[in-house]
Amino acid sequence: MIPRPKPERFRLRRTMMFMNAQKPGLIKDAYIYGVDSIMLDLEDAVAENQKDAARFSLYHALKTIDYGDTEVIVRINGLDTPHWEEDIRVCVAGGADGIRIAKCESAQDVKTVEAHVLAAEREFGVEEGRTLLMAALESPKGILNAYEICAASDRMFGVAISGGDFRKCMQTKFSPDGVDMMVARGQMLIAARAAGVQCFDTVFTNLDDEEGYRAEVMQNKAMGFDGKSLINPKQIRLVHELFAPTQKEIIQAEKIVRAYREQSAAGVGVFTVDGKMIDIAFIPGAERTLKLARACGLYEGDLV
Amino acid sequence: MEILKPAVAGTLESSDLMVTVEPGENGIELSLTSSVMNQYGRQIKETVLDTLDRLSVKDAKVTVVDKGALDCTIKARVECAVYRSCDQSQKDIDWGGVIR
Repeated sequence: MIPRPKPERFRLRRTMMFMNAQKPGLIKDAYIYGVDSIMLDLEDAVAENQKDAARFSLYHALKTIDYGDTEVIVRINGLDTPHWEEDIRVCVAGGADGIRIAKCESAQDVKTVEAHVLAAEREFGVEEGRTLLMAALESPKGILNAYEICAASDRMFGVAISGGDFRKCMQTKFSPDGVDMMVARGQMLIAARAAGVQCFDTVFTNLDDEEGYRAEVMQNKAMGFDGKSLINPKQIRLVHELFAPTQKEIIQAEKIVRAYREQSAAGVGVFTVDGKMIDIAFIPGAERTLKLARACGLYEGDLV
Repeated sequence: MEILKPAVAGTLESSDLMVTVEPGENGIELSLTSSVMNQYGRQIKETVLDTLDRLSVKDAKVTVVDKGALDCTIKARVECAVYRSCDQSQKDIDWGGVIR
């Protein structure tokens, strides 16, 4: 039995890799890849007649395998299926760090899952409030209701868009410049930031298209995503590389934070660093850069 | 639990195993083949029998074809096959109780 530490609502989640919970060969050593979170899947990856077997397999994996610092999230079946209630019981009993609600469309969906999670925590003697939640938005309705979904529960740590289902609903298909999902990604990001939760992009499914993958990850970073969903270990490195702050950004952030602390102690509100105007509005961003740099092993200073 | 009808769980993929349970009358009749028989045959057999014992299965014909599964997978597949044979595999599982 491997007791996992209490999950942190906000932690580094640059990469979140899907794995079929029904396949022992995959889930037994998922922690070796250095991914931030693994997403054990009870939903689409598991055939309809193997949902029961996947739960037994998931339960023992959660209880037996030491995933170390890798966060363990489970994607449960949608609320329109006969499976989700038992999925929640097994996640909570097994001690998963969090649950990903598939096909989430409203705050009520989140509240329904939350109520069942709480009931399961009581049933299995798990600390109340321990199990975190995130929602996958897979439909136009989900995107339109993004803010109420993000703000529906104190357990919510983030929201992700699911490209396959969303494009299907919109009667569009993958486009290399991202124009097919530009508005949806933007709306979800705004909602997530407004509610103070994290935001994750969809998977990139063509494993042979390295150039396209790089372009999408760079766009994700530029748009302000916290991380990306992945389908293969070979996708991890690029995200960690591109999401890490550059040396130049780290030095700049360090200068800004240091100068701000000195200047504000001296009673100055606005000043310049390397010729650029700096005031209090720049400080959270600079501090975030340093925190991310520290998490990536690139900063060892004491400013954050 | 009483094995009511034949049931199967698992696959023949690497790191997995396939467990078949059928109604029996003379205790547990276990037939085991494994790709790692020489190294782990005894341990696999012990895990299968312990799991059946935990589920209070007294009489059953059990066929296991192992492809190098970990203990946690062996337990999961045996449990699922037994629960399926009683049509109880879908909900209200006793996680952390009988299943542990």
